[in-house]
Formats: sequence, C-alpha cells, structure tokens
Amino acid sequence: MTRVHDMGGRHGDGPVVPEPQGIVPFFEDWHRSALALTLAAGGLGQWSIDTSRHARECLSPKDYARFSYYEKWIAALADLLVAKGLVTREELAAGSAAPAPAHPKLFRAEAVGPALAKGSPYTRPGPAPDFEPGDRVRTRLPARNTLVPGGHTRLPAYAAGQVGTVILRHGAHVFPDANAHNLGEAPEPLYTVAFSAADLWGEAEAEGDEVTLDLWQSYLEPA
Amino acid sequence: MPHDDHDHPHSLLPPEPALRVKALETILTAKGLVDPAALDEILDTYERKVGPHLGAAVVARAWSDPDYRARLLADATAAIAELEISGRQGEHMVAVENTPETHNMVVCTLCSCYPWPVLGIPPGWYKSDAYRARAVREPRKVLAEFGVTLPDGQKVRVWDSTAEVRYLVIPMRPAGTEGLDEAALARLVTRDSMIGTGLPTGPA
Repeated sequence: MTRVHDMGGRHGDGPVVPEPQGIVPFFEDWHRSALALTLAAGGLGQWSIDTSRHARECLSPKDYARFSYYEKWIAALADLLVAKGLVTREELAAGSAAPAPAHPKLFRAEAVGPALAKGSPYTRPGPAPDFEPGDRVRTRLPARNTLVPGGHTRLPAYAAGQVGTVILRHGAHVFPDANAHNLGEAPEPLYTVAFSAADLWGEAEAEGDEVTLDLWQSYLEPA
Repeated sequence: MPHDDHDHPHSLLPPEPALRVKALETILTAKGLVDPAALDEILDTYERKVGPHLGAAVVARAWSDPDYRARLLADATAAIAELEISGRQGEHMVAVENTPETHNMVVCTLCSCYPWPVLGIPPGWYKSDAYRARAVREPRKVLAEFGVTLPDGQKVRVWDSTAEVRYLVIPMRPAGTEGLDEAALARLVTRDSMIGTGLPTGPA
C-alpha cells in the first residue's frame, strides 16, 4: 500500500553527511542540465507540481532506490513528456527529434526571472475549516488516496492512524490527491498538526519531542 | 496519467545519466519545447542569485528589529517579501523560531520540499534517503552528525513539509552579538541553521 518514496522513519539508512555552507554547487554538468530542463519544461504548464511528484513516485522501487536525485527528475520528466504527448517513445529511443516550431507555451528566457520570483500560489477559495488550533484529530488509516487506488497522497505511512493536535491553519489549498490525477484542484482546508514523537515511534529520543505534518482536512477526523 | 506503467518510457533513454540528459535536451530543444536561453537564465538564478544569503538577511532583520520579527512570525510570506524575496517553492512561508525550550528542524520525508527563495537549491544531504528517513525518528542523532548537541530540556520539533508550506527556522541570536549591525549578523547565519541542522556561528 505504500510507495517507495514514503520513507519517513525507515530504519537502515546510514549517516547524514554535512556539506559546506552557502549556495549549493552542482557537482556534475548534467545535474545543471537536469534541473534547468525540468524547470523549463515545467514552464510549459502542461502538468502540475502534484502530477510531477506522482511521476517521480511511480518510478519502480528499484529505479527510485538506485537513481540519484536528478536522475529521478529526468526519468520522471521523460515519462511525463510521453504521457502528455509532447515527446514520442521513438524520439526518446533515437535521442533526437525533427525540428519543430516553438510550442505556443514555450517558457522563454525573458519570462524566467519573473516566473521564478512569482511562483505559483496554492491557496484557493474553498470550504471553511472544520478544525481550529488546539483540536485533537486522528489521521486516516491506512494512508491512501481514496479517489484513485494507489494514487498520490501526502499523508506519510508513519503518521497514519495517529492522534495529534492542530497547531496552524493555512486556509484552503489545492488538494494533491485530486490534482495529481487531473481530477481538479478540489481545494480543502490545510492544517499543521503536531504529533508526539513517542506516539509515532513508541519512544521518543527525549520527552516532549514532536513531529509536525501539513495535512488536508479529508485526511483528518475529530479525535 | 496512468501510473505503474511498468514499461516506463524513460527506460528508452541511454542508461548513462549524462547521456540521458543530453538526449532529452536535444529532443526538447529541437521540438521547440525548451528555449536554450531559458536554461541559462534558470541556472544563473540558482547558481548566482538565490541562496542562503537571502534567508540570512531575513534572520538578521528579525534579530535586529522586533517589529519585523513580529511581522515575520505573523505572516512570513509578506515579511520576506518586504526584502524583495519571493518565488517558486516559497509561496507559503512560515517562520519558526528557536527558543531555549524548542529547537526546530525541517525535513520533507516524501520528496525534498525546501524553501528555495530564501535558501536556494537544497544540499545533497537534505535530499538523501538517510535524512528523509531519519530526521523524523531520530532528529537528535542526526543533529549529532552535524556536530549539534542540544541542551537538556530543549525539545525538538521536526517539521515534515508535506504540503506547499515552506518553513524557515529562525535560530537564536548568539550571545555577544549586541553591537553587530544587520550585515554583520547575517554573516553568522548559516544555511544549515535555517534548516535546523546547524546553529549560527559565534561572533568573530
């Protein structure tokens, strides 16, 4: 029922290796190209951030584990381009394509600065929230997309079926479980919910430690 | 799109990553789907313009100006925009302040969500399986790998960024910095201190 990307709390990974402070450099030229291509192709506006996340999550567990970060991006980008009919399998196999005129939504150089500085807000007019800060809520168990079997969701398995306390309200946000599958933005109230680490893991490293998650209303019920 | 297509189109690309990317770039450019000049513009943004110096300016302002700090804690997106900082992956910012009682630390266990407009592109460790898996379960062990040990009695709150809200940690202002101006304070604020895996450096 879970997917490979849902790794919060997993045992068995090695140490975290710190890196120098400051702007993060690209370690390979192809990392630079992978990032730029992904953002530029995203600028065509043919898919949402939720759809692109789901494309990465749908990599086979074997590929997800062996691919580096930017390899995941490139693989998901190739899959999305074919799914949207922008690139054919034959072109991928050939590594080339016949020249074509610019796409009407081509993300042009002059648009890059303003678009990156503007971003894409995800708040929408939507239903009033059912919960308020201080309310105790229980998360869905099991974590799953109720609209699409095996579909995209943002409730990690480690936080499924847990009781926590609402600490922040963020208004109504685009609902990824629907939006990733072209079922509309279906905005829902979004909350930050704090959970006791001891509840999540059986024991906490220290008393009082907490983990918070950002959760949509339909993931929650009163507790 | 259909998921779990076991015949993933990406497998048609060459196996070697540099060649895969090159092939995709060739196809996208030829088909008019990507503007080569736009690629340069995107890279110029994240290699030279956007990075943790921007977040550090926000923190230094918050340390110096109590009214700004209050605005930042009340509506971080608006307060950060006062410094002409905004954008992709920072549309909905929340500032979380470290105190003697609580240390804050940010992760995205499901992917690698990160507040790009204030910190730039994420470091490799932030995107690693080890950090994504462990930060929520054993944050203190992870902190120790960064050389950080929290005092007894300071609890840890780990923020798992599961939506489009992005978190900026406001570290505690180091002792002995009373005479420093904003520019000098900003130089003490490391990238990792704004993710919560580090602490600001002390005054020189």
